[in-house]
This record gives sequence, structure tokens and C-alpha cells, in this order.
Amino acid sequence: MSALEAVLLTIITASTPLLLAAVGELVVERSGVLNLGVEGMMIMGAVTGFAAAYTTGSAAIGVAAAVGTGVAMALLFAFLTQTLAANQMATGLALTLFGTGLSGLIGQTFTGLPGVKLGALHIPGLSNLPLIGPVLFAQDVLVYASVAITAGVAWTFTRTRAGLVIRAVGSNHHSAHALGYDVAAVRYRCIAFGGVCAGLAGGYLSLVYTPQWIENMTAGRGWIALALVVFATWTPIRVAVGAYLFGTVWIMGLYVQGIGVAIPSQFLSSLPYLVTIAALLAISGNRILTRVNTPACIGQTFVPDR
Amino acid sequence: MGTTDHGGRCGYLLEAEEIVKRFGDFTANDRVSLRVRPGEIHALLGENGAGKSTLVKIIYGSLQPSAGRLRWGGEALTVPNPAAARRLGIGMVFQHFSLFDALTVVENIALAVPGPFDRDALAERVARVSEEYGLPLDPTALVADLSVGVRQRIEVVRCLLQEPRLLIMDEPTAVLTPQEARQLFVTLRRLAHEGCAVLYISHRLEEVRELCHHATILRQGRVVADVDPRSETVSSLARLMVGADVQSVNPAAREAPGPPALTVTGLSLPAGGPFGVPLRDVSLQVRSGEVTAVAGVAGNGQSELFEVLSGERPAPTPESVTIAGQPCGERDITERRRLGAAFVPEERLGHSAVPGFGLSENVLLTRHAANDHLVRTGFVSGGRVRALADRISTRFDVRFSRRDQEAGALSGGNLQKFVVGRELDRNPRVLVINQPTWGVDAGAAALIRQALVDRARDGAAVLVISQDLDEIFEIADRIAVISRGALSDSYPAHTIDRERIGMLMAGARAAGPGPERDART
Repeated sequence: MSALEAVLLTIITASTPLLLAAVGELVVERSGVLNLGVEGMMIMGAVTGFAAAYTTGSAAIGVAAAVGTGVAMALLFAFLTQTLAANQMATGLALTLFGTGLSGLIGQTFTGLPGVKLGALHIPGLSNLPLIGPVLFAQDVLVYASVAITAGVAWTFTRTRAGLVIRAVGSNHHSAHALGYDVAAVRYRCIAFGGVCAGLAGGYLSLVYTPQWIENMTAGRGWIALALVVFATWTPIRVAVGAYLFGTVWIMGLYVQGIGVAIPSQFLSSLPYLVTIAALLAISGNRILTRVNTPACIGQTFVPDR
Repeated sequence: MGTTDHGGRCGYLLEAEEIVKRFGDFTANDRVSLRVRPGEIHALLGENGAGKSTLVKIIYGSLQPSAGRLRWGGEALTVPNPAAARRLGIGMVFQHFSLFDALTVVENIALAVPGPFDRDALAERVARVSEEYGLPLDPTALVADLSVGVRQRIEVVRCLLQEPRLLIMDEPTAVLTPQEARQLFVTLRRLAHEGCAVLYISHRLEEVRELCHHATILRQGRVVADVDPRSETVSSLARLMVGADVQSVNPAAREAPGPPALTVTGLSLPAGGPFGVPLRDVSLQVRSGEVTAVAGVAGNGQSELFEVLSGERPAPTPESVTIAGQPCGERDITERRRLGAAFVPEERLGHSAVPGFGLSENVLLTRHAANDHLVRTGFVSGGRVRALADRISTRFDVRFSRRDQEAGALSGGNLQKFVVGRELDRNPRVLVINQPTWGVDAGAAALIRQALVDRARDGAAVLVISQDLDEIFEIADRIAVISRGALSDSYPAHTIDRERIGMLMAGARAAGPGPERDART
């Protein structure tokens, strides 16, 4: 395996969980809901994914458990914010604190145990091509899933009625309600979708990235995903660009440190944030696109008259 | 079937029988009955809060009645939601439009049209129908870029695509220029002629007399009269609506106006937010002793102008805004108040007043620095503040259920009297007020208008920003028109008519009725 190949592979592995979490949150925010619980859903996905895979010996069951947990957490959030009309910021923060604590508790017995790694796919012929074979055609299924989900979300928003309804609900929930759309039902589904993605992202960490359970192993990735959505001005393709840029700079920083270049490590670890923000600000310079994509009702509680 | 007069013995399209709607203790509709025939333009008249909007929301399925029945073509009917209403052929154009700024025209329409989502086919249908009815639209335009008149066209076309049998219009002309309103009447008459019934909500009596075949008048949730508006007068309709004679403003003897007390010179300002309006080279002089009005359709830069005048947004140079001869462009709102200026913004709750604060606390918010000795060495004098709140309430007839009630618990009219009174009580030399009687009942509106005129006659320079042309002609000495952030010259009120104001409101767009986009991007 060449050095370049190794770098590219680690970049993909580092970027995939960010992309998964961010694209899920993008759908949630496009429907007008701000779920600050991404980190909490991710870490719960990571611990339950690991536990299920370790107990059953099947990484696939681990992935399913991670998704299930993400959805369960998301539905809790949806129930509190949509049915009971609780404040979204407070509920989201609580979800993150709750997830971080509970995952530590569940994970106690799993700390230090060898995990089950989700295997890479092997596509006869393509996987054996030099460089692009291992990088593009021998990844695990979640990498392809993250790309497919991103493309699917982009297509849904631009081409389908479902996407139009989600955008409408996020843009003006009063009007959507007046036209007869069930605002809460649309948001429930979007929040659940965000849970699926955050669960997958967490599962990816404990089943692929480092196949073991380490407390707080999400290390703020949920928050990075949240920031990426905003800086990418709520467009799926930009979220993908941002996630991969972040992953690239991050991994390059690690390599630079590894070969002993005398740059303070604190600077290197802050670099991905700076570069991503700068790059996304540069590409989001188009104010018309920004205002079209910004969900105007984000974070606002909606209770219809009866 | 053609337009139908009373005498016609045809069946009713829609019958509402004894509709009751309660919100908690409040009864918004109290046994309201209404019958609409096909091809009839039926007015629903009443003051704000009379229950008009509640009734039509029940017909459209947005609200469920607490009691009572609806019939459609003689058969009993329940309308569980707006989609069901649309399937029956009931279309509605909302007072506060149900449009999505961030979506295009065709996307907005697609949201209300069932069936498969085919943007191109729908765009073609939109273009065809809108052309047919003389309501041209560009299907790919972004709603945020369109003027209010064009936005309403979208709503009308959206209803027309569903081939409605009953079209409900909630205060459709409140946001239109006179020319746009006339165009709308042509469309409505044509629809009625084709057999569509129109339920037309308004409190503009002239246009109801001009347009409608029948009028049902609501007061405090009850039907008080069913009349033929063509055989009534404006004042007889007003009496039915209000339940008492409405006093007209006494303009008082007018002396020669004094020097300009508020001036704006060459003021340009970029748009504040993504959907804001930039101000373009605005110049204006408001003289002492005069009421100057800025007319215009909502969203043409009125809020931006108010913000610059009040000091909520600084002007680019100190000289762009002067108050009592002092350059003020960069001074904040408190410094401007100290020069004798007072400001009443458009939003009563949340801008003029804090909903959760008592009246006395709300007094303090604008009066703390105005030499009333309300605050001494950092301590608030509760007694003085309450006394002041009482004085304002007495002088301006503010009614509340207990002393020092929260501002949010007052009715719109009472709160508006209070916030206007709070500023007038200072006897300001300059008063700037945005939409002084928006959503206020007729009695309170008359009191506020009279107070503004009286203040001007006492030597103050009063600037009124309003969308209501009736109000402007009632109180203004000079009139200027704002359109897309540019302000016209100001004209003496007796030298300018509605026609001319309408042209100025429409700006350069008055030339032809093509699809109109604002220049702002």
C-alpha cells in the first residue's frame, strides 16, 4: 500500500462520519428544526453499535443497533419539541448531555474489548485497480451509503414534492399549515431521518474508524457536523465538500505531526476548523442562494390553532 | 349562470348555520349564519376582531367549529382540513399571504395543487391560466423578489388552477395600490359571471358597495345585519359595523406651517437583511405644525425609513437626518428623544411595548431619559412611573381590567392608544409614527388620528407612515409616496388624488401590467 493510498483511505474514513451526521442534520434543519442533540445521538449510536456487534459477533447487527438507537433518541427529541412544544435548543442540548452520560454508563463493561470491524466490499476487477481500486472500490458499505444519502437528499430537495414540502415547512410553517400540511408530521419524519444518519455516523466510529469502544469517542464530531450544515448554507453538495475538506486538513495535520515538522500541535488541530470555515464562507458568498436555502423558521416552536 | 340578485330563487352553494367557535372563554363566532349563492359576490363586513377571519377559516377547514353546521349545495358537510376544502372547490386567498418567500412561483403553486409533481407542466398551466385572467406571472420568479400585488396574484392564480366554486378573499385590497385593486375587481366580476361564488372580507366600505351583491355584517362575533350594500351608504354600513356613529377627525384651523423640524437629505442605505429594502436617495422635510404622511404599499422601505429616523439604524452621515436643526444621523434613539423627538414603531407587541411588562414598566422604556425624573441616581421611582402610566391611560382612554396590567393582555386598540399616548404625553416637537392605526378598532383609530392632528396644530412636526389612504387623506397636510425604497416629492394633500398616489406607489411599474420583479437582489 503506497503512502498516498494510505492518506486517501484515512481521509475517507475521517470524513464519512462527519458527512453522515451533517447531511442528516441538514434535512432536520431544512424542515425548520434545530436539533443540537447530534453529538448525543452519535455517541449513543457508537456505544450500542459496538455492544451489539461485540455481543452477536455481527457488524451488520451493530450497524442496525446504531441506527435504531439514533432513531429512538431522535423520536424522543421529536416528541418533546413537536408534540409537547418544548424549546428546541434546550431539548437538543439535553439530548447531547443525556447521550454522553448514558453512553459512558452502557460502555463501562465494553471498554478495552476488541471490536468487530465492518468489512470492506470487494468488487472483482475494480477493487484490484492500482490506487483508485482500494480508494474508490474497496470501501465499506457505509462510505457508499454516505455518498448515496447525500446524492439522494440533494435530488429529493430539488426534484420531488416531498423535498418541496420539507422546504416549505422550514421556510414558513404558518403558511404550510394554512395550506393544510401537517407541520409536526413532516418534522417528525425529518427528525427521525436525522436520527438514522447520526446513528450511522456513530456506528461508523465504533465499527470502522476505531473498532472499539472509547468513552467520548465522538470527540465533538456532532458539533462539527452542526457547524458544517450552517457554513454549507443548507445545501447537500456543499456539506459533502465541507466534510471532506475538514477530514483532509485534519488528516494532513496528523501526518505533518507524524513526520516531526515543528508546528505547534494546537495550531494543527485548529487548522481544519479554520480552513473549512474559510472555504465554505468563500463558496457561500452568493447571497441569493444563501437566502433561498436558509430555513427561515429554524428553531421556532410551532403550535397550530385548533 | 350570471350574476344573481336577491330576487333569484336559485339554490345556495354554501350555507353556514348557527356556527359557534370558542377559544377558551372567548367566543369568536356566536351562532353565525351565512348563505352564499353561486355567482354571488358576498361581502363579510366587520371590524377587527368581529369574527370574520374565524368564520372563513372554519369554512376553509383551518379551524373546526365548536357547534353549528355547514351545508354545501344543500348537503351537510364537514371540512376536516384545507385539503378537503380545496377538493370541494373552495379556494382561499389569505390576508397574510400563505406564500413561501424562498420558493419560486411555480413551487408555491405546486404546494396547493394535488397530483404528480411536474414542474414544467405546471409552469405551463400557470402561465396559461394567469394570461387568460389577465394576471400575468413569471413562474420561475422567486417570491421574495416580487411586489405585494404580484404576490396576491400568485394566490389568486393558485386558487383559479383548482377551478373553484367558492373563492374566499380575506382583506384582499389592504395591500394593493388602487390600480391593482381595480384589476382584482375585474377578475372577481369575471369569476362571478362564470358562476363562482366569492366571499369577500373587507372593512373598506366603498369597495364593498362597488363590488358586492350582498353583505353580511358581523359585530363582536354575531351577525347584526344582512343587507344589499348597493342600497346602503358608507356611513350606514359603518354604523352597522361599529354599532355607533364614528366620529370623523376635526382638522382644526391650520396656521402657516413653521420651519422644518425633521429633515432627511440624500439618504441611501443598503438593505438590512436578506429580504430588506434598500433606501435610495431619500429626502424629506417635515415642518412644524403639519402632519406629513408617507403613503406606500407594505414592504417598500417603510420600516427601513422608520429605523433610520428613530436611530435604530445609524444613517451614513450625521447630516442625513436632522432633528430640530441638529445633525442626528449617528445619534442613538435616546439622544434623539432628548432633542424632543418621539417614535412609535409599527409592531405594538415586542417593539413598542414588551408584552410581559406592566404598563408602568413600559412607560419607563421610552421615558427613562426624558426629564420626567422617573430615574434618580440609578433608582426607578415606582410611584412616579405608575402615576405617569395612570395619567396616560386616563388622557387616552386606555381600558384595562386591572391597574398596571401586562401590555400583552390589552386589546390592540387599547395598547395602541397607550403607546401613542406615552409619546404624545411628552409633547414632542417631532413625532414619527409607523402605521398608527393598523389593526385598531374604529373608535380607537378616530381618537389616535385626532390626537395626531391636535399635536401638529400645537406646533409639532408629525410624520405618519401609513398604508391606509383613507387615513392619510383624513389627517395629512402633505403627502409623499414611498416605492421600492425611493421617496417621491411631498405634495400638499389637496393637490394630489388617489389616482396619482397609486401611480407613485407603483413607481416605474405603472407603465404596464407585465410580470413584475423588484430590482432588488
